[in-house]
Amino acid sequence: MARRESQLPDKIHIDMTPMIDVVFQLISFFMFSLKVVSPEGDFDIRMPLGRAANAVVDDQQVPPIRVKLSAGPDGSLAGISMNGNPVADFNDLQKKVVSLVGTGRGPDSLADKTEVEMDCDYGLNYANVVRAITAVSGTVQDGQIVELIKKIKFTPPKADQ
Amino acid sequence: MAKRSSEAASTDIDMTPMIDMTFQLITFFMFVMNFSEAEQDDRIQLPLSQLAKPVDGPVDKPITLQLTSEGSVIYAGEMIGVRDIAGYLEREKSFMLDSGKDPNTATVIVRADGRAKTGEVQEIIKICQEKGFEKFALRAQYDEGR
Repeated sequence: MARRESQLPDKIHIDMTPMIDVVFQLISFFMFSLKVVSPEGDFDIRMPLGRAANAVVDDQQVPPIRVKLSAGPDGSLAGISMNGNPVADFNDLQKKVVSLVGTGRGPDSLADKTEVEMDCDYGLNYANVVRAITAVSGTVQDGQIVELIKKIKFTPPKADQ
Repeated sequence: MAKRSSEAASTDIDMTPMIDMTFQLITFFMFVMNFSEAEQDDRIQLPLSQLAKPVDGPVDKPITLQLTSEGSVIYAGEMIGVRDIAGYLEREKSFMLDSGKDPNTATVIVRADGRAKTGEVQEIIKICQEKGFEKFALRAQYDEGR
């Protein structure tokens, strides 16, 4: 026994090969299954079928802001109007919405009660609608989102021209 | 010299730094990996918006409808026409009713391409409304650069 012990090496060699194999398998698995996910967000819209378009506006309710987006022949944005008045661009639209609902925020503020009704041409590129929704639903100031109007609805779709 | 040559028979490389690095890599990829089943499709180019901040938590029982720029809907990996989604929604609705859920509490996530026609998005919303869904989420990609 004594002879055996003395012959044992000071350093025990472990065979690392299987472990390294497995570790590299794991690395390659995670590398290949990696999917770069771009951050996405939602605009919430609540639209029950009953009062979609021409719902009766009662006294308590603030009349909706009607935003009309018209399209050119290729689907590009041809014009914006708000409550019948022409609007130059989306920044202008936002300014006009702010001047209409004010800057007050909170559960009972004008901005909270007001609704925006989007009236869009059939062929309009959808990206313009999202830009319009962005313009009316808030601004980004110093990295913070300042909310404007949250209630957004659409007029019923027009027939495909 | 004689001693040295007998040692060289099995060269010992110090594996420790390599294994350290490798485990660092594994942990990195593990944490970066996305296990959420967010339905994303390369065929869809979402419109950009600065207000599209990522959602806090996963939406409860969402139905994702993706509209391509050519006007077809990708639903559950299948490419179908806009007007064909009614049948699929009907199935989704009866499935929800069977499991004791109200269809009007479910959210329909609309991932529409920025080049798609607005009228088609509205048609999708209209068909969903007719089937009893009333909560919609229009998805956009978060635009960081001003």
